[in-house]
Amino acid sequence: MTGLRLYGRYAAVSLRSQLQYRASVVMQSIGAFMVTVVEFLGMWALFDRFGQVRGWTLPEVALFYGMISISWSLCDALGRGFEVFGTMVKAGDFDRVLVRPRSTVLQLLGVELTLRRIGRFTQGVLVLGYAIASLDVDLSVPRALLVLAAIIGSICVFLGLLVLQATTAFWTTETLEVWHAFTYGGVTMSQYPLSIYRSWFRDLFTYIIPLGCVNYLPGLAILGHPDPLGTPVIVQWLAPLAGPVFLVLALQVWKIGVRHYRSTGS
Amino acid sequence: MVAQIVVENLCKAFQVAERRPGMWGAIRGIARRTYRTVRALDGISFSIDAGELVGYIGPNGAGKSTTVKTLAGILVPDSGRCEVRGRVPWKQRLAHVAELGVVFGQRTQLWWDLPVVESFELLRDIYRVPEDRYVRTRDELIAVLDLGALLDVPVRQLSLGQRMRCDLAAALLHAPPIVFLDEPTIGLDAISKLAVRDFIKRLNRENGVTVVLTTHDMDDIETLCTRVMVIGGGKILSDGTLADLRARVTRERWLTIDLADGVTWTDEVDATVIRQEGSRVCLAFDPQVVAPAELIRRVTARYAIRDLFVENPPIETIIARLYAAESLPP
Repeated sequence: MTGLRLYGRYAAVSLRSQLQYRASVVMQSIGAFMVTVVEFLGMWALFDRFGQVRGWTLPEVALFYGMISISWSLCDALGRGFEVFGTMVKAGDFDRVLVRPRSTVLQLLGVELTLRRIGRFTQGVLVLGYAIASLDVDLSVPRALLVLAAIIGSICVFLGLLVLQATTAFWTTETLEVWHAFTYGGVTMSQYPLSIYRSWFRDLFTYIIPLGCVNYLPGLAILGHPDPLGTPVIVQWLAPLAGPVFLVLALQVWKIGVRHYRSTGS
Repeated sequence: MVAQIVVENLCKAFQVAERRPGMWGAIRGIARRTYRTVRALDGISFSIDAGELVGYIGPNGAGKSTTVKTLAGILVPDSGRCEVRGRVPWKQRLAHVAELGVVFGQRTQLWWDLPVVESFELLRDIYRVPEDRYVRTRDELIAVLDLGALLDVPVRQLSLGQRMRCDLAAALLHAPPIVFLDEPTIGLDAISKLAVRDFIKRLNRENGVTVVLTTHDMDDIETLCTRVMVIGGGKILSDGTLADLRARVTRERWLTIDLADGVTWTDEVDATVIRQEGSRVCLAFDPQVVAPAELIRRVTARYAIRDLFVENPPIETIIARLYAAESLPP
Protein backbone atom coordinates (compact mmCIF):
# COMPACT_ATOMS: atom_id res chain seq x y z
CA MET A 1 0.00 0.00 0.00
CA THR A 2 1.40 3.33 -1.02
CA GLY A 3 1.98 6.12 1.47
CA LEU A 4 -0.85 8.20 0.10
CA ARG A 5 -3.40 5.39 0.35
CA LEU A 6 -2.19 4.54 3.84
CA TYR A 7 -2.68 8.19 4.77
CA GLY A 8 -6.26 7.87 3.53
CA ARG A 9 -6.74 4.87 5.84
CA TYR A 10 -5.23 6.77 8.77
CA ALA A 11 -7.52 9.72 8.06
CA ALA A 12 -10.60 7.49 7.89
CA VAL A 13 -9.70 5.85 11.18
CA SER A 14 -9.10 9.24 12.78
CA LEU A 15 -12.42 10.63 11.56
CA ARG A 16 -14.29 7.59 12.85
CA SER A 17 -12.55 8.02 16.22
CA GLN A 18 -13.62 11.64 16.45
CA LEU A 19 -17.18 10.83 15.45
CA GLN A 20 -17.42 8.80 18.63
CA TYR A 21 -17.75 12.21 20.23
CA ARG A 22 -20.10 13.75 17.68
CA ALA A 23 -21.65 16.45 19.87
CA SER A 24 -18.26 17.64 21.03
CA VAL A 25 -16.95 17.93 17.46
CA VAL A 26 -20.05 19.84 16.34
CA MET A 27 -19.91 22.26 19.27
CA GLN A 28 -16.19 22.90 18.87
CA SER A 29 -16.58 23.48 15.13
CA ILE A 30 -19.42 25.94 15.62
CA GLY A 31 -17.46 27.64 18.39
CA ALA A 32 -14.39 28.05 16.19
CA PHE A 33 -16.56 29.31 13.35
CA MET A 34 -18.20 31.96 15.53
CA VAL A 35 -14.97 33.12 17.14
CA THR A 36 -13.28 33.59 13.78
CA VAL A 37 -16.32 35.27 12.24
CA VAL A 38 -16.41 37.79 15.10
CA GLU A 39 -12.68 38.32 14.53
CA PHE A 40 -13.40 39.21 10.92
CA LEU A 41 -16.28 41.48 11.95
CA GLY A 42 -13.71 43.37 14.01
CA MET A 43 -11.72 43.96 10.87
CA TRP A 44 -14.88 45.02 9.04
CA ALA A 45 -15.63 47.54 11.79
CA LEU A 46 -12.14 48.97 11.43
CA PHE A 47 -12.53 49.47 7.70
CA ASP A 48 -16.09 50.76 8.12
CA ARG A 49 -14.69 53.53 10.31
CA PHE A 50 -11.55 54.39 8.35
CA GLY A 51 -12.46 53.35 4.80
CA GLN A 52 -9.04 51.98 4.04
CA VAL A 53 -5.72 51.12 5.64
CA ARG A 54 -2.63 52.40 3.85
CA GLY A 55 -4.43 52.30 0.55
CA TRP A 56 -5.96 48.83 0.96
CA THR A 57 -9.72 48.30 0.93
CA LEU A 58 -11.63 45.70 2.96
CA PRO A 59 -12.34 43.30 0.06
CA GLU A 60 -8.66 43.34 -0.91
CA VAL A 61 -7.56 42.58 2.63
CA ALA A 62 -10.30 39.94 2.82
CA LEU A 63 -8.56 38.06 0.00
CA PHE A 64 -5.34 37.73 2.05
CA TYR A 65 -7.40 36.99 5.13
CA GLY A 66 -9.57 34.32 3.52
CA MET A 67 -6.67 32.49 1.91
CA ILE A 68 -4.60 32.37 5.09
CA SER A 69 -7.61 31.30 7.16
CA ILE A 70 -8.27 28.37 4.81
CA SER A 71 -4.58 27.39 4.76
CA TRP A 72 -4.09 27.54 8.51
CA SER A 73 -7.27 25.58 9.24
CA LEU A 74 -6.22 22.82 6.84
CA CYS A 75 -2.66 22.70 8.17
CA ASP A 76 -3.95 22.70 11.73
CA ALA A 77 -6.14 19.71 10.81
CA LEU A 78 -3.32 17.82 9.07
CA GLY A 79 -0.50 18.58 11.48
CA ARG A 80 -2.09 17.66 14.79
CA GLY A 81 0.44 14.85 15.33
CA PHE A 82 3.28 17.39 15.18
CA GLU A 83 1.44 19.80 17.47
CA VAL A 84 1.08 17.20 20.22
CA PHE A 85 4.49 15.70 19.56
CA GLY A 86 5.97 16.89 22.86
CA THR A 87 3.61 14.78 24.92
CA MET A 88 4.17 11.90 22.54
CA VAL A 89 7.93 11.96 23.09
CA LYS A 90 7.48 12.28 26.83
CA ALA A 91 5.14 9.29 26.97
CA GLY A 92 7.58 7.23 24.91
CA ASP A 93 5.09 6.83 22.09
CA PHE A 94 7.64 7.88 19.50
CA ASP A 95 9.32 4.51 20.06
CA ARG A 96 6.20 2.89 18.66
CA VAL A 97 6.47 5.08 15.57
CA LEU A 98 10.07 3.94 15.10
CA VAL A 99 9.20 0.23 15.30
CA ARG A 100 6.66 0.48 12.51
CA PRO A 101 7.92 0.07 8.96
CA ARG A 102 6.75 3.44 7.67
CA SER A 103 8.19 6.93 7.52
CA THR A 104 7.95 8.88 10.76
CA VAL A 105 6.42 11.88 8.97
CA LEU A 106 3.63 9.81 7.43
CA GLN A 107 2.84 8.21 10.78
CA LEU A 108 2.72 11.58 12.53
CA LEU A 109 0.45 13.04 9.87
CA GLY A 110 -1.69 9.97 10.46
CA VAL A 111 -2.11 10.68 14.15
CA GLU A 112 -5.18 12.81 13.56
CA LEU A 113 -7.08 14.68 10.88
CA THR A 114 -8.74 17.18 13.15
CA LEU A 115 -12.35 17.53 12.16
CA ARG A 116 -13.23 20.56 14.29
CA ARG A 117 -10.95 22.78 12.17
CA ILE A 118 -13.87 22.86 9.76
CA GLY A 119 -15.12 25.85 11.79
CA ARG A 120 -12.28 28.14 10.80
CA PHE A 121 -12.13 26.59 7.35
CA THR A 122 -15.76 27.57 6.70
CA GLN A 123 -15.09 31.10 7.87
CA GLY A 124 -12.09 31.27 5.53
CA VAL A 125 -14.13 30.09 2.57
CA LEU A 126 -16.84 32.68 3.32
CA VAL A 127 -14.32 35.50 3.70
CA LEU A 128 -12.56 34.51 0.47
CA GLY A 129 -15.95 34.26 -1.25
CA TYR A 130 -16.85 37.72 0.00
CA ALA A 131 -13.52 39.09 -1.28
CA ILE A 132 -13.90 37.60 -4.75
CA ALA A 133 -17.57 38.64 -5.00
CA SER A 134 -16.94 42.24 -3.95
CA LEU A 135 -13.74 42.77 -5.90
CA ASP A 136 -13.75 43.69 -9.51
CA VAL A 137 -11.40 40.79 -10.38
CA ASP A 138 -11.63 38.61 -13.39
CA LEU A 139 -11.06 35.22 -11.82
CA SER A 140 -9.57 33.52 -14.87
CA VAL A 141 -8.34 29.93 -14.73
CA PRO A 142 -4.68 30.92 -14.16
CA ARG A 143 -5.75 33.26 -11.34
CA ALA A 144 -7.97 30.60 -9.77
CA LEU A 145 -5.01 28.21 -9.94
CA LEU A 146 -2.85 30.86 -8.30
CA VAL A 147 -5.36 31.05 -5.42
CA LEU A 148 -4.98 27.29 -5.08
CA ALA A 149 -1.18 27.53 -5.30
CA ALA A 150 -1.14 30.22 -2.62
CA ILE A 151 -3.25 28.07 -0.31
CA ILE A 152 -1.10 24.96 -0.87
CA GLY A 153 2.07 27.03 -0.44
CA SER A 154 0.76 28.45 2.84
CA ILE A 155 -0.18 24.99 4.09
CA CYS A 156 3.40 23.93 3.35
CA VAL A 157 4.88 26.85 5.30
CA PHE A 158 2.60 26.28 8.29
CA LEU A 159 3.26 22.55 8.19
CA GLY A 160 6.98 23.29 8.07
CA LEU A 161 6.59 25.46 11.15
CA LEU A 162 4.75 22.67 12.98
CA VAL A 163 7.49 20.23 11.97
CA LEU A 164 10.14 22.59 13.33
CA GLN A 165 8.11 23.10 16.50
CA ALA A 166 7.89 19.33 16.95
CA THR A 167 11.59 18.93 16.25
CA THR A 168 12.49 21.10 19.22
CA ALA A 169 10.73 18.52 21.41
CA PHE A 170 13.63 16.14 20.74
CA TRP A 171 15.82 18.46 22.79
CA THR A 172 13.41 20.03 25.24
CA THR A 173 10.80 17.22 25.50
CA GLU A 174 8.29 20.00 25.36
CA THR A 175 6.99 21.69 22.26
CA LEU A 176 8.02 25.26 22.90
CA GLU A 177 5.35 27.92 22.96
CA VAL A 178 7.83 30.21 21.20
CA TRP A 179 6.74 28.66 17.92
CA HIS A 180 3.23 29.96 18.40
CA ALA A 181 4.66 33.41 17.65
CA PHE A 182 5.28 32.15 14.11
CA THR A 183 2.20 29.96 13.62
CA TYR A 184 -0.60 31.87 15.35
CA GLY A 185 1.38 35.09 14.97
CA GLY A 186 1.96 34.28 11.31
CA VAL A 187 -1.76 33.81 10.75
CA THR A 188 -2.58 37.18 12.29
CA MET A 189 0.26 38.87 10.43
CA SER A 190 -0.85 37.39 7.08
CA GLN A 191 -4.40 38.64 7.49
CA TYR A 192 -3.11 42.07 6.47
CA PRO A 193 -1.02 42.96 3.42
CA LEU A 194 2.67 42.62 4.19
CA SER A 195 3.37 46.15 2.89
CA ILE A 196 1.84 47.76 5.99
CA TYR A 197 4.59 46.37 8.27
CA ARG A 198 8.07 47.63 9.07
CA SER A 199 10.87 46.43 6.86
CA TRP A 200 12.65 44.08 9.34
CA PHE A 201 9.31 42.39 9.99
CA ARG A 202 8.61 42.08 6.25
CA ASP A 203 12.07 40.59 5.72
CA LEU A 204 11.55 38.07 8.52
CA PHE A 205 8.30 36.86 7.00
CA THR A 206 9.65 36.86 3.45
CA TYR A 207 13.15 35.41 3.62
CA ILE A 208 13.15 33.36 6.82
CA ILE A 209 9.56 32.26 7.29
CA PRO A 210 8.20 32.82 3.79
CA LEU A 211 4.55 33.44 4.69
CA GLY A 212 4.69 36.64 2.66
CA CYS A 213 5.76 34.65 -0.43
CA VAL A 214 2.84 32.25 -0.20
CA ASN A 215 0.09 34.72 0.66
CA TYR A 216 0.91 38.36 0.08
CA LEU A 217 2.80 38.10 -3.21
CA PRO A 218 0.38 35.76 -5.05
CA GLY A 219 -2.45 37.82 -3.53
CA LEU A 220 -1.12 40.88 -5.35
CA ALA A 221 -1.11 39.02 -8.65
CA ILE A 222 -4.66 37.80 -8.08
CA LEU A 223 -5.84 41.31 -7.24
CA GLY A 224 -3.83 42.87 -10.05
CA HIS A 225 -2.70 45.32 -7.37
CA PRO A 226 0.76 46.80 -7.96
CA ASP A 227 3.12 46.05 -5.08
CA PRO A 228 3.88 49.22 -3.08
CA LEU A 229 7.28 47.59 -2.56
CA GLY A 230 7.79 47.04 -6.28
CA THR A 231 7.99 43.23 -6.57
CA PRO A 232 7.85 42.20 -10.27
CA VAL A 233 4.68 40.38 -11.36
CA ILE A 234 6.58 37.25 -12.42
CA VAL A 235 7.98 36.92 -8.89
CA GLN A 236 4.45 37.24 -7.51
CA TRP A 237 3.36 34.29 -9.64
CA LEU A 238 6.29 32.09 -8.70
CA ALA A 239 6.44 33.01 -5.02
CA PRO A 240 4.15 30.18 -3.74
CA LEU A 241 6.97 27.74 -4.58
CA ALA A 242 8.69 29.05 -1.46
CA GLY A 243 6.17 26.95 0.52
CA PRO A 244 7.30 23.49 -0.61
CA VAL A 245 10.94 24.61 -0.39
CA PHE A 246 10.44 25.68 3.23
CA LEU A 247 8.69 22.41 4.04
CA VAL A 248 11.47 20.32 2.50
CA LEU A 249 14.06 22.24 4.53
CA ALA A 250 11.99 21.78 7.69
CA LEU A 251 11.84 18.03 7.04
CA GLN A 252 15.63 17.94 6.79
CA VAL A 253 15.81 19.53 10.24
CA TRP A 254 13.28 16.93 11.42
CA LYS A 255 15.63 14.18 10.22
CA ILE A 256 18.41 15.69 12.30
CA GLY A 257 16.04 15.65 15.27
CA VAL A 258 15.15 12.00 14.74
CA ARG A 259 18.84 11.14 14.51
CA HIS A 260 19.46 12.99 17.76
CA TYR A 261 16.60 11.13 19.43
CA ARG A 262 17.95 7.79 18.27
CA SER A 263 21.37 8.55 19.68
CA THR A 264 20.13 9.80 23.05
CA GLY A 265 16.84 7.98 23.49
CA SER A 266 15.20 10.92 25.16
CA MET B 1 21.98 -23.38 13.94
CA VAL B 2 22.48 -19.90 12.64
CA ALA B 3 22.26 -17.15 15.20
CA GLN B 4 19.34 -14.82 14.57
CA ILE B 5 20.46 -12.06 16.86
CA VAL B 6 24.15 -11.32 17.30
CA VAL B 7 25.38 -8.69 19.70
CA GLU B 8 29.08 -8.07 20.20
CA ASN B 9 30.61 -5.69 22.65
CA LEU B 10 27.75 -3.23 22.48
CA CYS B 11 28.33 0.06 24.30
CA LYS B 12 26.07 2.98 24.92
CA ALA B 13 26.56 5.90 27.26
CA PHE B 14 24.12 8.68 28.06
CA GLN B 15 24.73 12.15 29.35
CA VAL B 16 22.47 12.77 32.30
CA ALA B 17 22.03 16.27 33.64
CA GLU B 18 23.12 16.39 37.24
CA ARG B 19 20.67 18.00 39.60
CA ARG B 20 22.03 20.00 42.45
CA PRO B 21 20.13 19.86 45.69
CA GLY B 22 17.93 22.65 46.96
CA MET B 23 16.42 25.77 45.52
CA TRP B 24 19.75 27.47 44.82
CA GLY B 25 20.95 24.34 43.06
CA ALA B 26 17.92 24.30 40.80
CA ILE B 27 18.49 27.95 39.87
CA ARG B 28 22.17 27.37 39.16
CA GLY B 29 21.17 24.33 37.12
CA ILE B 30 19.32 26.56 34.67
CA ALA B 31 22.39 28.62 33.96
CA ARG B 32 25.04 25.93 33.89
CA ARG B 33 24.38 22.27 33.81
CA THR B 34 26.83 19.61 34.75
CA TYR B 35 26.52 16.26 33.13
CA ARG B 36 27.28 12.81 34.37
CA THR B 37 27.98 9.96 31.98
CA VAL B 38 25.94 6.84 32.56
CA ARG B 39 27.14 3.68 30.86
CA ALA B 40 23.84 2.02 30.05
CA LEU B 41 25.54 -0.69 28.02
CA ASP B 42 29.12 -1.46 28.92
CA GLY B 43 30.29 -4.04 26.41
CA ILE B 44 27.41 -6.46 26.02
CA SER B 45 27.73 -9.62 23.95
CA PHE B 46 25.32 -12.47 23.32
CA SER B 47 23.72 -14.34 20.50
CA ILE B 48 20.24 -15.79 20.20
CA ASP B 49 19.29 -18.62 17.86
CA ALA B 50 16.05 -18.91 15.94
CA GLY B 51 13.31 -20.39 18.09
CA GLU B 52 14.80 -19.50 21.46
CA LEU B 53 12.71 -18.02 24.26
CA VAL B 54 15.03 -15.82 26.24
CA GLY B 55 14.23 -14.01 29.45
CA TYR B 56 16.10 -10.75 29.86
CA ILE B 57 16.03 -9.49 33.40
CA GLY B 58 17.56 -6.80 35.49
CA PRO B 59 16.42 -3.94 37.71
CA ASN B 60 15.33 -0.58 36.35
CA GLY B 61 18.25 1.33 34.96
CA ALA B 62 20.38 -1.78 34.44
CA GLY B 63 20.43 -1.37 30.66
CA LYS B 64 17.56 -3.69 29.84
CA SER B 65 15.45 -1.30 27.85
CA THR B 66 18.52 0.23 26.20
CA THR B 67 19.39 -3.22 24.86
CA VAL B 68 15.87 -3.88 23.62
CA LYS B 69 15.64 -0.41 22.05
CA THR B 70 18.93 -1.03 20.25
CA LEU B 71 17.78 -4.42 18.98
CA ALA B 72 14.51 -2.82 17.84
CA GLY B 73 16.35 -0.17 15.83
CA ILE B 74 15.12 2.69 18.00
CA LEU B 75 18.52 3.51 19.46
CA VAL B 76 21.91 3.81 17.81
CA PRO B 77 24.71 2.48 20.02
CA ASP B 78 28.07 4.19 20.51
CA SER B 79 30.11 1.17 19.50
CA GLY B 80 29.91 -2.55 19.03
CA ARG B 81 28.20 -4.82 16.56
CA CYS B 82 24.57 -5.85 16.41
CA GLU B 83 22.83 -7.83 13.71
CA VAL B 84 19.30 -9.14 13.67
CA ARG B 85 18.61 -11.58 10.84
CA GLY B 86 21.67 -10.24 9.09
CA ARG B 87 20.60 -6.60 9.32
CA VAL B 88 21.91 -3.75 11.38
CA PRO B 89 18.72 -2.57 13.09
CA TRP B 90 19.43 1.16 13.18
CA LYS B 91 20.80 1.28 9.64
CA GLN B 92 18.03 -0.63 7.90
CA ARG B 93 15.16 0.42 10.14
CA LEU B 94 12.27 -0.08 7.73
CA ALA B 95 13.29 -3.57 6.54
CA HIS B 96 14.23 -4.57 10.08
CA VAL B 97 11.05 -3.55 11.88
CA ALA B 98 8.86 -5.09 9.17
CA GLU B 99 10.02 -8.48 10.50
CA LEU B 100 9.74 -7.56 14.14
CA GLY B 101 6.86 -7.69 16.60
CA VAL B 102 7.07 -5.46 19.66
CA VAL B 103 4.76 -5.35 22.67
CA PHE B 104 5.23 -2.66 25.28
CA GLY B 105 3.21 -3.93 28.24
CA GLN B 106 2.64 -0.46 29.64
CA ARG B 107 1.43 1.16 26.43
CA THR B 108 -1.08 -0.11 23.95
CA GLN B 109 -0.53 0.25 20.23
CA LEU B 110 -4.26 -0.03 19.53
CA TRP B 111 -6.43 2.93 18.55
CA TRP B 112 -8.13 3.89 21.76
CA ASP B 113 -11.58 4.91 20.54
CA LEU B 114 -12.11 2.27 17.88
CA PRO B 115 -13.20 -1.35 17.86
CA VAL B 116 -10.24 -3.72 18.08
CA VAL B 117 -10.75 -5.06 14.57
CA GLU B 118 -10.22 -1.60 13.05
CA SER B 119 -6.79 -1.39 14.67
CA PHE B 120 -6.00 -4.78 13.18
CA GLU B 121 -7.00 -3.60 9.72
CA LEU B 122 -4.92 -0.45 9.97
CA LEU B 123 -1.92 -2.50 11.11
CA ARG B 124 -2.47 -4.81 8.13
CA ASP B 125 -2.08 -1.75 5.88
CA ILE B 126 0.87 -0.32 7.81
CA TYR B 127 2.73 -3.64 7.53
CA ARG B 128 1.55 -4.28 3.96
CA VAL B 129 0.19 -7.73 4.83
CA PRO B 130 -1.52 -9.35 1.81
CA GLU B 131 -5.25 -9.83 2.43
CA ASP B 132 -5.33 -13.66 2.34
CA ARG B 133 -2.37 -13.96 4.68
CA TYR B 134 -3.87 -11.33 6.96
CA VAL B 135 -7.17 -13.19 7.22
CA ARG B 136 -5.41 -16.45 7.99
CA THR B 137 -3.13 -14.99 10.67
CA ARG B 138 -5.90 -12.92 12.20
CA ASP B 139 -8.29 -15.87 12.46
CA GLU B 140 -5.59 -18.03 14.06
CA LEU B 141 -4.81 -15.33 16.61
CA ILE B 142 -8.51 -14.79 17.35
CA ALA B 143 -8.91 -18.50 18.01
CA VAL B 144 -5.80 -18.95 20.14
CA LEU B 145 -6.24 -15.76 22.18
CA ASP B 146 -10.02 -16.11 22.36
CA LEU B 147 -10.67 -12.64 20.96
CA GLY B 148 -13.93 -13.39 19.15
CA ALA B 149 -16.11 -11.46 21.58
CA LEU B 150 -13.70 -8.52 21.81
CA LEU B 151 -13.29 -7.58 18.16
CA ASP B 152 -16.12 -5.06 18.03
CA VAL B 153 -15.47 -3.55 21.44
CA PRO B 154 -13.75 -0.13 21.52
CA VAL B 155 -10.29 -0.53 23.02
CA ARG B 156 -11.01 1.95 25.81
CA GLN B 157 -13.68 -0.40 27.16
CA LEU B 158 -11.40 -3.44 27.42
CA SER B 159 -10.01 -4.69 30.72
CA LEU B 160 -6.23 -4.72 31.03
CA GLY B 161 -6.08 -8.47 30.45
CA GLN B 162 -8.31 -8.29 27.38
CA ARG B 163 -6.32 -5.39 26.04
CA MET B 164 -3.06 -7.26 26.46
CA ARG B 165 -4.40 -10.23 24.52
CA CYS B 166 -5.45 -7.86 21.74
CA ASP B 167 -2.06 -6.13 21.86
CA LEU B 168 -0.31 -9.47 21.49
CA ALA B 169 -2.43 -10.23 18.44
CA ALA B 170 -1.78 -6.75 17.02
CA ALA B 171 1.98 -7.25 17.28
CA LEU B 172 1.79 -10.58 15.42
CA LEU B 173 -0.53 -9.83 12.51
CA HIS B 174 2.42 -9.52 10.15
CA ALA B 175 3.73 -12.90 11.39
CA PRO B 176 7.13 -11.62 12.56
CA PRO B 177 9.81 -14.29 13.15
CA ILE B 178 11.14 -12.32 16.13
CA VAL B 179 9.11 -10.80 18.94
CA PHE B 180 10.20 -8.50 21.76
CA LEU B 181 7.85 -8.52 24.72
CA ASP B 182 8.43 -5.82 27.29
CA GLU B 183 6.65 -6.72 30.52
CA PRO B 184 3.67 -8.39 28.86
CA THR B 185 2.14 -9.50 32.17
CA ILE B 186 2.48 -6.24 34.08
CA GLY B 187 -0.64 -5.36 36.04
CA LEU B 188 -2.59 -8.40 34.86
CA ASP B 189 -4.80 -10.54 37.10
CA ALA B 190 -3.78 -14.14 37.75
CA ILE B 191 -5.98 -15.69 35.07
CA SER B 192 -4.92 -13.23 32.38
CA LYS B 193 -1.28 -13.83 33.30
CA LEU B 194 -1.72 -17.55 32.77
CA ALA B 195 -3.45 -16.97 29.43
CA VAL B 196 -0.68 -14.65 28.24
CA ARG B 197 2.06 -17.03 29.37
CA ASP B 198 0.35 -19.95 27.75
CA PHE B 199 0.09 -18.02 24.51
CA ILE B 200 3.75 -16.97 24.55
CA LYS B 201 4.75 -20.58 25.11
CA ARG B 202 2.64 -21.79 22.17
CA LEU B 203 3.90 -19.00 19.95
CA ASN B 204 7.43 -20.11 20.65
CA ARG B 205 7.00 -23.90 20.65
CA GLU B 206 4.48 -24.29 17.84
CA ASN B 207 5.31 -21.42 15.52
CA GLY B 208 9.02 -21.33 16.24
CA VAL B 209 8.97 -17.59 16.88
CA THR B 210 12.05 -16.23 18.62
CA VAL B 211 10.95 -14.43 21.77
CA VAL B 212 12.93 -11.98 23.89
CA LEU B 213 11.02 -11.32 27.08
CA THR B 214 11.86 -8.60 29.55
CA THR B 215 9.99 -8.79 32.81
CA HIS B 216 10.08 -8.18 36.52
CA ASP B 217 7.78 -11.12 37.12
CA MET B 218 9.95 -14.08 38.05
CA ASP B 219 7.06 -16.48 37.51
CA ASP B 220 7.14 -15.46 33.85
CA ILE B 221 10.78 -16.46 33.75
CA GLU B 222 10.31 -19.73 35.59
CA THR B 223 7.38 -20.90 33.51
CA LEU B 224 8.55 -19.67 30.12
CA CYS B 225 12.23 -19.25 29.67
CA THR B 226 14.75 -21.92 28.83
CA ARG B 227 17.44 -19.29 28.93
CA VAL B 228 17.88 -16.28 31.16
CA MET B 229 20.17 -13.33 30.68
CA VAL B 230 20.72 -11.12 33.69
CA ILE B 231 21.98 -7.59 33.15
CA GLY B 232 23.30 -5.22 35.77
CA GLY B 233 25.34 -2.06 35.53
CA GLY B 234 25.40 -2.33 31.75
CA LYS B 235 27.01 -5.78 31.77
CA ILE B 236 25.64 -9.28 31.29
CA LEU B 237 26.07 -10.89 34.70
CA SER B 238 24.76 -14.29 33.80
CA ASP B 239 23.58 -16.05 30.66
CA GLY B 240 22.29 -19.61 30.65
CA THR B 241 19.50 -21.86 31.89
CA LEU B 242 17.76 -21.14 35.18
CA ALA B 243 19.60 -24.13 36.66
CA ASP B 244 22.93 -22.64 35.52
CA LEU B 245 22.01 -19.35 37.13
CA ARG B 246 21.16 -21.02 40.42
CA ALA B 247 24.30 -23.11 40.36
CA ARG B 248 26.43 -20.06 39.71
CA VAL B 249 25.04 -18.09 42.61
CA THR B 250 24.45 -20.69 45.29
CA ARG B 251 23.96 -24.40 45.91
CA GLU B 252 21.69 -23.53 48.78
CA ARG B 253 18.31 -25.18 49.28
CA TRP B 254 15.59 -24.40 51.71
CA LEU B 255 13.84 -26.74 54.14
CA THR B 256 10.61 -25.41 55.60
CA ILE B 257 9.26 -27.17 58.68
CA ASP B 258 5.91 -26.82 60.43
CA LEU B 259 6.47 -27.80 64.04
CA ALA B 260 3.78 -29.57 66.04
CA ASP B 261 2.04 -27.54 68.75
CA GLY B 262 4.10 -26.84 71.84
CA VAL B 263 7.41 -27.78 70.23
CA THR B 264 10.10 -25.13 70.28
CA TRP B 265 12.97 -24.95 67.87
CA THR B 266 16.38 -25.04 69.45
CA ASP B 267 19.02 -25.54 66.82
CA GLU B 268 20.22 -27.82 64.11
CA VAL B 269 23.78 -28.24 62.91
CA ASP B 270 24.72 -27.85 59.25
CA ALA B 271 21.72 -25.60 58.53
CA THR B 272 20.98 -21.97 59.25
CA VAL B 273 17.62 -20.59 60.23
CA ILE B 274 16.67 -17.89 57.76
CA ARG B 275 13.13 -17.30 58.94
CA GLN B 276 10.97 -18.29 61.89
CA GLU B 277 7.31 -17.34 62.05
CA GLY B 278 5.25 -19.00 64.76
CA SER B 279 5.57 -22.73 64.39
CA ARG B 280 7.10 -22.43 60.90
CA VAL B 281 10.86 -22.58 60.55
CA CYS B 282 12.76 -22.10 57.34
CA LEU B 283 16.28 -23.52 57.10
CA ALA B 284 18.91 -22.98 54.47
CA PHE B 285 21.40 -25.77 53.84
CA ASP B 286 24.06 -26.82 51.40
CA PRO B 287 23.17 -30.26 49.95
CA GLN B 288 26.88 -31.08 49.56
CA VAL B 289 27.46 -30.57 53.27
CA VAL B 290 24.34 -32.35 54.40
CA ALA B 291 22.08 -34.36 52.09
CA PRO B 292 18.42 -33.39 52.22
CA ALA B 293 17.38 -36.88 53.35
CA GLU B 294 19.91 -36.83 56.17
CA LEU B 295 18.81 -33.38 57.32
CA ILE B 296 15.15 -34.42 57.32
CA ARG B 297 16.03 -37.57 59.25
CA ARG B 298 17.82 -35.52 61.91
CA VAL B 299 14.99 -33.02 62.16
CA THR B 300 12.25 -35.63 62.43
CA ALA B 301 14.28 -37.55 64.99
CA ARG B 302 14.57 -34.54 67.24
CA TYR B 303 11.26 -32.68 66.77
CA ALA B 304 7.60 -33.53 66.45
CA ILE B 305 6.55 -31.96 63.17
CA ARG B 306 3.35 -31.54 61.16
CA ASP B 307 4.77 -30.96 57.71
CA LEU B 308 7.94 -30.14 55.82
CA PHE B 309 9.10 -29.39 52.31
CA VAL B 310 12.32 -28.74 50.44
CA GLU B 311 12.54 -26.07 47.78
CA ASN B 312 14.96 -23.98 45.78
CA PRO B 313 15.35 -20.39 46.89
CA PRO B 314 13.03 -18.24 44.78
CA ILE B 315 14.57 -16.71 41.69
CA GLU B 316 14.19 -13.23 43.24
CA THR B 317 16.59 -14.25 45.99
CA ILE B 318 19.03 -15.71 43.50
CA ILE B 319 19.08 -12.51 41.54
CA ALA B 320 19.37 -10.33 44.62
CA ARG B 321 22.41 -12.40 45.63
CA LEU B 322 23.86 -12.13 42.16
CA TYR B 323 23.65 -8.34 42.39
CA ALA B 324 25.07 -8.38 45.89
CA ALA B 325 28.00 -10.47 44.67
CA GLU B 326 28.64 -7.98 41.87
CA SER B 327 28.13 -5.20 44.42
CA LEU B 328 25.41 -3.55 42.40
CA PRO B 329 22.33 -1.87 43.80
CA PRO B 330 19.38 -4.30 43.63
